[in-house]
Amino acid sequence: MIAVDIQKRLGAFELDVQFAAPKGVTAIFGRSGSGKTSLVNAVAGLLHPDAGRIAVGDAVLFDGATRQHLPPHKRRIGYVFQDARLFPHMTVQRNLSYGGDHDAARVIDVLGLSHLLERMPAGLSGGERQRVALGRALMCDPQLLLMDEPLAALDAPRKAEILPFIERLRDEVETPMLYVSHDVSEVARLATTLVVLDAGHVVASGPVGQVLSQPETMPLVGVRAAGAVITTKVAGRLLDDGLTELAFSGGRLILPGILGVLGQTIRVRIPAQDVILATVAPQGLSALNVLPVEITRVEQGRGPGVAVGLRAGNDHLLARVTRRSALRMNLAVGQKIYAIIKATAVGPEDIGQ
Amino acid sequence: MIDALGPAEWTAIWLSLRVALVATLAALPVAVWVAYILARKSFPGRQLLNGLVHLPLVLPPVVTGYLLLILFGQQGPLGSLLYQTFGISFAFRWTGAALAAAIMAFPLMVRAIRLGFEAVDPGLEDAASTLGASRMRVWRTVTLPLVVPGILAGGILGFAKALGEFGATITFVAAIPGETQTIPTAIYGLLQVPGSEPAVLSLVVVSVILAMGALVLSEWLARRMAKRVAGR
Repeated sequence: MIAVDIQKRLGAFELDVQFAAPKGVTAIFGRSGSGKTSLVNAVAGLLHPDAGRIAVGDAVLFDGATRQHLPPHKRRIGYVFQDARLFPHMTVQRNLSYGGDHDAARVIDVLGLSHLLERMPAGLSGGERQRVALGRALMCDPQLLLMDEPLAALDAPRKAEILPFIERLRDEVETPMLYVSHDVSEVARLATTLVVLDAGHVVASGPVGQVLSQPETMPLVGVRAAGAVITTKVAGRLLDDGLTELAFSGGRLILPGILGVLGQTIRVRIPAQDVILATVAPQGLSALNVLPVEITRVEQGRGPGVAVGLRAGNDHLLARVTRRSALRMNLAVGQKIYAIIKATAVGPEDIGQ
Repeated sequence: MIDALGPAEWTAIWLSLRVALVATLAALPVAVWVAYILARKSFPGRQLLNGLVHLPLVLPPVVTGYLLLILFGQQGPLGSLLYQTFGISFAFRWTGAALAAAIMAFPLMVRAIRLGFEAVDPGLEDAASTLGASRMRVWRTVTLPLVVPGILAGGILGFAKALGEFGATITFVAAIPGETQTIPTAIYGLLQVPGSEPAVLSLVVVSVILAMGALVLSEWLARRMAKRVAGR
């Protein structure tokens, strides 16, 4: 449990952030310059807030009222920086054990570092450096893990190499994480809780599926990035066609690729702009996924689009249609319609475990 | 050629080496500290300190020597204080030559070491502190190892400067053979005596060899250190 309530003035910029994060991964999402890095620096103790309070579990790290400011090295917080920041004059082994040797064998195994131990950081690839940085942070036995866009400097294949490691950490290690990102796919894959920052203020926060499926969130995350996240279970594998059938409270989804084993939990992000709405059950359509849904919200945007909140079973979906279509179809709250999702609209980067 | 070096010349060579070595070793820790606060800290009077450090570089050496004479002479405020409390005397002693050399070499040392500090990414120090390292440990395990090439460069530059110091030395402590007569003051003295060209030439060659040796040593050390720091 992390409780943050801080104020800090940095020149003309004002950071004023309040949120509480439960266990698991809390994503701090926002545009560049929205104050994400300042926020995690304050949690790490590298930035001294003007006022407020930061607590992790029972430990108070900062309290403006009692002028308490625990120095960074006493906070037991693992920090993975965007640029890795490995010590250039030390081997990978010495970098890893700089902060401690907690659970060393398992960390080295989980992150696949055993063959790198004798190397120097200058000879590592970007992906390898980030894995070492992650291992180094974990081996100091942190009570909280901070990750400041750890994948931003990497290309897509390197990202794909590291994401599964972070997913394993989330599922196997109890350590709570604050994960800074401006990539909604990453957030959807990893996060349990989402905090959206804009110009130094929290504009939305809550469980990731809930926040991302709210029509109000759309302008904050960007119309192209908006989309609901649902948790599904693998219900069938259509091996001949190379498809996987996923079950969730609102019905079944068929997605391309063989994803996981039967019964496995899979998180899927469904981009709002790839959801088509129909007032009658469509026929003769190539799309594989037609879900009966109920409209919960219709939110006018500033542009030509309308964000439509949908309920499918107990889950929420989000669709983006033009205002013209919304008017023509007479979309209204409570209306029962159909949502059509093209199987190939959900890309591999939108699927997590 | 070595034959041209009489006992007086050899004395001057050994004295020069001793003066330069003592001056460098004594000034180095202070130079590291000053370079660190100039590179990293902001405080009122920072520009003043920066100016003060550079003063010996821009003042005529004779002026620096004269100021040293006033301050550290037997009757000077600092000189009498040091003599009464520690029994250290500078006036017309080899220690005075070392003090003059240290003061003159100091700005060059600070400049080189400061560049070294500015090349160290403060982000690495932040990373070390989040890994549980106290400020002392961060300094010892991250900052210092990464700044060692700069300190070596500053030290050797300072040594070379101290070896060649003339103006402030001769003004402050004169050129007493066996006590304060270093290579440059010995050369100057010999030039006043007819027929001493072979000795002058020999001392000039020794100067060149010492200076080149220091340069080569610093290059070699710097390259070794750069390799270690870059991690290859």
